[in-house]
Amino acid sequence: MDKMNFLFVGVGGQGVLTASDIAAQVGLDLGLEAKKSEVHGFAQRGGVVESHVRWAPLVGSPTCEKGTVDALVAFELLEAARWVDWLRPGGTVVVNTQRIMPMSVTVGDATYPASEAICEALERRAGRLVRVDGLTLAAEAGTTRAINTVILGALSAVLDTPAETWEEAIVRRVPAKYDAVNRTAFRMGREAVG
Amino acid sequence: MQQIGEESIMKVLLSGNEAIALGAWEAQVQFASAYPGTPSTEILESLSQYAGVRAEWASNEKVALDAAAGAAFGGARALAAMKHVGVNVAADSLMSLSYTGVQGGLVVVSADDPGAFSSQNEQDNRHYARFGKFPCLDPSDSEEARQFTRLAFDLSEQFHCPVILRSTTRLSHSKSPVEVEMPQEPRAFEPLPPFERKPDWYVIIPATARRRHPVVEQRLLDVAQWSETAPVNRIEWGDRSLGIITCGVAYQYVREVLAGYSILKIGLTYPLPKQLIRQFAGQVDAVAVVEELDPFIEEQVRAMGIAVVGAEPVPRVGELTLAKVRQAALQAAWPVEPAPELVEPVDEVALPTRPPALCPGCPHRAFFYNLRRWKKNAVFSGDIGCYSMGVLPPFEAMDMLISMGASVGMAHGLKKAGSAENVFAIIGDSTFFHAGLSPLANAVYNQSKIIVAVLDNRITAMTGGQQHPGTGITLMGEEGKRIEIAPVARALGVEHVWELDAWDVAGINQALKAAMAVEAGPAVILVKGACVFTPYFHRRPVVEVDLETCTACGSCFRVGCPAILKSDETHPKSGRHKASIDPLLCTGCTVCLQVCPVDAIYQTGGSE
Repeated sequence: MDKMNFLFVGVGGQGVLTASDIAAQVGLDLGLEAKKSEVHGFAQRGGVVESHVRWAPLVGSPTCEKGTVDALVAFELLEAARWVDWLRPGGTVVVNTQRIMPMSVTVGDATYPASEAICEALERRAGRLVRVDGLTLAAEAGTTRAINTVILGALSAVLDTPAETWEEAIVRRVPAKYDAVNRTAFRMGREAVG
Repeated sequence: MQQIGEESIMKVLLSGNEAIALGAWEAQVQFASAYPGTPSTEILESLSQYAGVRAEWASNEKVALDAAAGAAFGGARALAAMKHVGVNVAADSLMSLSYTGVQGGLVVVSADDPGAFSSQNEQDNRHYARFGKFPCLDPSDSEEARQFTRLAFDLSEQFHCPVILRSTTRLSHSKSPVEVEMPQEPRAFEPLPPFERKPDWYVIIPATARRRHPVVEQRLLDVAQWSETAPVNRIEWGDRSLGIITCGVAYQYVREVLAGYSILKIGLTYPLPKQLIRQFAGQVDAVAVVEELDPFIEEQVRAMGIAVVGAEPVPRVGELTLAKVRQAALQAAWPVEPAPELVEPVDEVALPTRPPALCPGCPHRAFFYNLRRWKKNAVFSGDIGCYSMGVLPPFEAMDMLISMGASVGMAHGLKKAGSAENVFAIIGDSTFFHAGLSPLANAVYNQSKIIVAVLDNRITAMTGGQQHPGTGITLMGEEGKRIEIAPVARALGVEHVWELDAWDVAGINQALKAAMAVEAGPAVILVKGACVFTPYFHRRPVVEVDLETCTACGSCFRVGCPAILKSDETHPKSGRHKASIDPLLCTGCTVCLQVCPVDAIYQTGGSE
């Protein structure tokens, strides 16, 4: 593999930016150039978070072009549906099946679609759809805060990349006292991919 | 980290902001000051981690620049960082600093926000360089951000003028590899030598200004001359049927979409290297300019009599992207790859929007819940911070908002012009110290009957939690002097000041009523409660809904808390959904509990 475009999406506070940081570092560790890009600030408070990661021998733009995303990594079900049109035809979607209600749903202006309906829509568009129950697996690993590590585990299994490179990048990024729980979370995510 | 070549160089992924901090540190910067503002905030946060630099949060951008200017007059290398609209605040000093000149290098980082992701406008601050007649450097990735920052200090000292280092959101908040020398040698802070007096430069009375202006004009010519051969402007020869002039992050899009064509990459966007541009234009069949926001370079190139292809095909609105550059290229019939084949957006099901919302436990919630109840006979003049979200549903309690600190001045003007309504100004603590003090003094002086609500959450929250004079903790983590807002308001002559707990729903409402009854002069309502991201926020046991008691009235939904969800259970008569609380999100702030008319919400595990 010498070229990958990733789009990480989710809801503010889910650890999307940390996960994309790690993914960019893995690209560099694999001997490629890597860039990542995101937007902080106003939109982050409970809003949508998007982060682009690109690996290639030479990367220009830090953001992907719509229609060229090889792997859409969605931390939330509705956000997977919102961003799936960035995928290249035949691309992969890794989705955490967690549902986080937006305010528009809570106040009654909108309805959150059924999980199956969203997954079917994703299935029709993705070359490969990988569903991960990140919340449950992270809780089993020891903390619900490790959802992003579970998802990276699943992503690493989808890509043809060594698990060690990911695992090392993760433990370098998180505080040492969370090493064990993150290693467990990573492996659980990796094993969850059939 | 990846080791390359010599053992001492490491390749590290850094954001543009981190790379600017690194470059400044490598350039021996001695003093740095900033007011937090997206996308510039992380520059000072990162710089404060380096030894030998004194980095601090200023109360606003003008103060930051003035402080940096003082340091530079004293011979130190100094940096002031701000978001694009922050430069407007600092512009009074910036324009004159061009005339005074500097001794130590003075670099002003302007972080622009094309796309207005976190800002009130998309102004293109390259214009400031032209307006103020000093150089502007425009890096295109993190490695250039590091190098250009170092160069900016050199240029500032070589030509004795401030230099703008212009970033954009896409540079500041992208990470790309930077070559870092390892190990970084620790550096001690070095005191300055005695001040070298130069009143004929630094005291800009009219006689000095008139004498310095020709110096400024000559300097521009000198910098332009320097830029003709400076490596920051470079030609990448390729297919000569098309030559593209570009700068900043736009260069990255050009080099991907228009790969193979000749490129003139401009690193110093003002003043432009005109001979180099002519030489480039003379050796290609057609010239195109691809730049983000305003046609800053394009207009100057056209003014040189050089034909530029396409009638401004590159959009002037919003952030550039690969797709927009491709679209522009296709529209102008420049030969490029067609746009990629797209996957259809999801249309089988309706996708609800996900607007930003006040966090669970947010100290602004009870205030806005109350404020909207008085909307009928009131006007709400807002300000910049998380509380700008008061404009969104379910509160919709904000009628005007233009710039930092403007809430108080606008409220005053509206009232003095004869508004019969209750006029509120809503301003945060950090914003109050930024630009709220002088309009409050003005409201007292000119006696307007306005109600100024200061939402004091003990942090600069929207930018991610920075300290300010009201917290007393410095950027370097030292405990300083905390300035209390209520005594400040009283000292400014405000006679009616209420201090309230941010989660006391009834108390806030009473204060609002009392403030509206004040007969003359401004009143201040200080709503105090720490942001949930501060260590001072007091998390309490989560609340739960007793579904037997809940009547599905919807009152709690109107506090706009992301932790309050619709339960699957509906009320048998109305068919409306009852409430439920997400225990993972709830912070136990009890605002929903207080607004529930039938006491269906209770706190778990006792009261504390």
